[in-house]
Amino acid sequence: MKFDPIRRGFGVAAVAALMLGAAPAALFAATPADTLVIAEAIDDIVSLDPGEAYEFSGLDLVNNTYDGLVEIDPTTLAMMPGLAESWSVADDGVTYTFKMKAGLTFASGNPVRAEDAAYSLQRAVKINKTPAFILNQFGWTADNVDSMITAKDDVLTLKVDKPYAPTFLYNCLTAGVASIVDAETVKTHDVGGDMGNAWLHENTAGTGAYILKSFKPNEGYVLEARPGYWRGDAKIAKIYMTHVPEAATERLQLEKGDIDIARTLTPVDIAGMAGNADVKIQQDVGGQVYYLAFNQKNEQYKNAKFLDAMRWAVDYQGMADTIMKGTVVVHQSFLPQGYLGALDDQPYKLDIAKAKQLVADSGIKDPKVVLSVRNAADRMDVAQSIQNTFGQAGITVELKTGEGAEQLKEYRARQHDATLQTWGPDYPDPNTNSSTFAENPDNSDAANNTGYLAWRNAYDPGEMTAMSKAAVLERDPDKRKAMYEEIEKKHRETSPFILMFQQARNTGLRAGVQGFYTGGAIDAAAYWLVTK
Amino acid sequence: MRPGFVRGAPYFMASIDAPAAPSRLGRILRQVGATLITLLITFVGLLAVTFIISRVVPIDPVMSILGERATEAQIAETRTKLGLDRPLWMQFGIYVNDALHGDLGTSIRTKKPVVAEIARYFPATLELSTLATIIGVIIGIPAGVLAATKPGSLLDQAVRLIGLMGYSMPVFWLGLIGLLLFYGQLGWVSGPGRLDAAFDMTMQFELTQYTGMILIDTALNGQWDMFANAVSHIILPASLLGYLSMAYISRMTRSFMMNELGQEYITTARVKGMPERRVIWVHALKNVMVPLITVVALSYAFLLEGAVLTETIFAWPGLGRYITDALLVADMPAVLGGTVVVGAVYIGINMVSDLLYRLADPRAR
Repeated sequence: MKFDPIRRGFGVAAVAALMLGAAPAALFAATPADTLVIAEAIDDIVSLDPGEAYEFSGLDLVNNTYDGLVEIDPTTLAMMPGLAESWSVADDGVTYTFKMKAGLTFASGNPVRAEDAAYSLQRAVKINKTPAFILNQFGWTADNVDSMITAKDDVLTLKVDKPYAPTFLYNCLTAGVASIVDAETVKTHDVGGDMGNAWLHENTAGTGAYILKSFKPNEGYVLEARPGYWRGDAKIAKIYMTHVPEAATERLQLEKGDIDIARTLTPVDIAGMAGNADVKIQQDVGGQVYYLAFNQKNEQYKNAKFLDAMRWAVDYQGMADTIMKGTVVVHQSFLPQGYLGALDDQPYKLDIAKAKQLVADSGIKDPKVVLSVRNAADRMDVAQSIQNTFGQAGITVELKTGEGAEQLKEYRARQHDATLQTWGPDYPDPNTNSSTFAENPDNSDAANNTGYLAWRNAYDPGEMTAMSKAAVLERDPDKRKAMYEEIEKKHRETSPFILMFQQARNTGLRAGVQGFYTGGAIDAAAYWLVTK
Repeated sequence: MRPGFVRGAPYFMASIDAPAAPSRLGRILRQVGATLITLLITFVGLLAVTFIISRVVPIDPVMSILGERATEAQIAETRTKLGLDRPLWMQFGIYVNDALHGDLGTSIRTKKPVVAEIARYFPATLELSTLATIIGVIIGIPAGVLAATKPGSLLDQAVRLIGLMGYSMPVFWLGLIGLLLFYGQLGWVSGPGRLDAAFDMTMQFELTQYTGMILIDTALNGQWDMFANAVSHIILPASLLGYLSMAYISRMTRSFMMNELGQEYITTARVKGMPERRVIWVHALKNVMVPLITVVALSYAFLLEGAVLTETIFAWPGLGRYITDALLVADMPAVLGGTVVVGAVYIGINMVSDLLYRLADPRAR
């Protein structure tokens, strides 16, 4: 084997030439005028099937490719008619009728019919993927859904098992799982009775502003606007979503103008971009709440004084201002801001002296808390702050870190002592959080009610279960609101949960980008109103 | 010193004296057979170890798929669907059988065949690591040789310092600083990703993707604008990984060469009046090729595993990120599939370097 220095020289020259040749191309990089380039960490996407999608990124895509009977106006977050023109509830309180809008079509060109709406809801119940529970709440099961949901001409009739608050049903119908799919198209892609689930993993068949052109998991997707969208044509022809997991990278791309929107920025990046006139930051809240939960299998967590002591031993504002800066706002009730009945007041703050006194009053000697924490940086920071302030109040905290799925398993099996968790609402109705935080119909181990956070913590909320169940049946919205406020107050004063924060979201946009709505705490992002 | 090793002549003679064709063929067949058996055993061993690890870790893939709201019925159904309710030995038997038939299972998370996913991610890694290795070799070997010829000189110090920096600086930091400087400030290169958005869409929807390697595909499609754009995207991560590989190669070359230049045959060659350039670049370098092949092969194989951090910073959809992402959500078929591919890459590179040894060192023939 011979090594020829002259040939080697050629190699170096070739690489240098490539670099030089590439440089001009790099200098003129900018996003195309007809394409909105968004960078985000989208590796949470499990499926694009609206009957299965249940993660933030997947639901964003669903929101832009499908519509429901009832929709949310992205600009006001108010409820508005979607594919249904009008609706009403009969006096029996369990029969709802929806009149479909005329003249609408799916991306395939097929007309939107009441049959499609019935098929879509029945399908979501039958394929029984994770979000199916949103629809199961109305008594719909795979066995009865064909008779409970029926279509005739342009009218869809929904029968529910109890006379719920009508807003409860309407709110749930705005969730991604209630999106209307093109029944005829989906049926042609049925494989082994999966009702098109495999096909819809990476294809869309909806009425939304966009259609899916390509999807590469963990890499990105491309959407193309379809003309004649019923809410008005999308302002930008294409959406190019690119999976960029690293926030610092996103920031660089945004500042260079290679992307129009950056959605995974950290507070450090936000601060770093201050003063750059080419970019702007849009802030709003997300629906996720951060909480501490204590398992009442451990008797000390039934002691009201001790629970109260811990509530006064958390540095809510300190954490929000430092380690969690820009990513959360202090929020001390289980309904996130933006929800009917959400309490925005903050009765608790760090008060070590008071906490110490309450620990003494509780009669518990040298209390110890074993706090399970997911091994993510932000969670660890919060846990350490709690360890510190609890320590000052005389409560020893031992941190037990682990992988998320592993900890979740422990939590669901009621094997934790205490845990630091987040919870995101499932649909824009207060029942979503009220039912899980404040209801526990059967606290026995055998009940295995893992869906109830109260059950996971062996917490019997007593009369709150009935109060929450009554609230979901209350047909007067004002009364309903007052009922949730009362539950939240009672819950935060007596339950073994300490609600601390609500997620804040920071979106970085190029200065010229207008009309991007993230959906706040109750909805997903809307791309069709964006201009640049 | 190896007796009789001057100017390669005895090797040449040895090949003339080689045994007659039939027995040579027999020997080659025996060698190939032995290699194949080793390969098979290595593969099954690799599958067994990875499989066992994937089953004993306290991560429940079902929880990863279904998330927090799943009901017990959904959990049980998914467990059955994934075959996780069967005995471990049966799961392994099925897995090995499928793997030997080219089926590495279906990704739990994306529900796509793992083989198809790897076929999509691996070319990105292959392209990046090949270019990085080329850069590493082109710069690393001459740098190491030059440093060895003048030990203690300024050049030697510089090579050692640069090598040390490549060894000790965290690749994550280096990547970000590289992006900040060459992309953010100077604008010499394009940013993260493999192509600009507009080109990527053209690539996806209008062009034929022959290999999945963008440089090759754009060239085959005759899209030179796009080729230049792809180069401007790949050059920074490739240079970064090339630098790390160069650091390793140059250090090793330097040490091999210093050892070689101390040999008596080098003194003999010099005494005979052979030009120094020929002594170094032909005689000495030729003899360090064998260990160098191992070094380069190892460094290449290491890069082909996928450089997770580099791929994360540069939003490069490569194998390392694929495996890591899969690992984080306990997507075991994907992790197993990725590991098998990495194992296969190591075995493949070993075989190639074996072959190269034989070219470089006739005694190995």
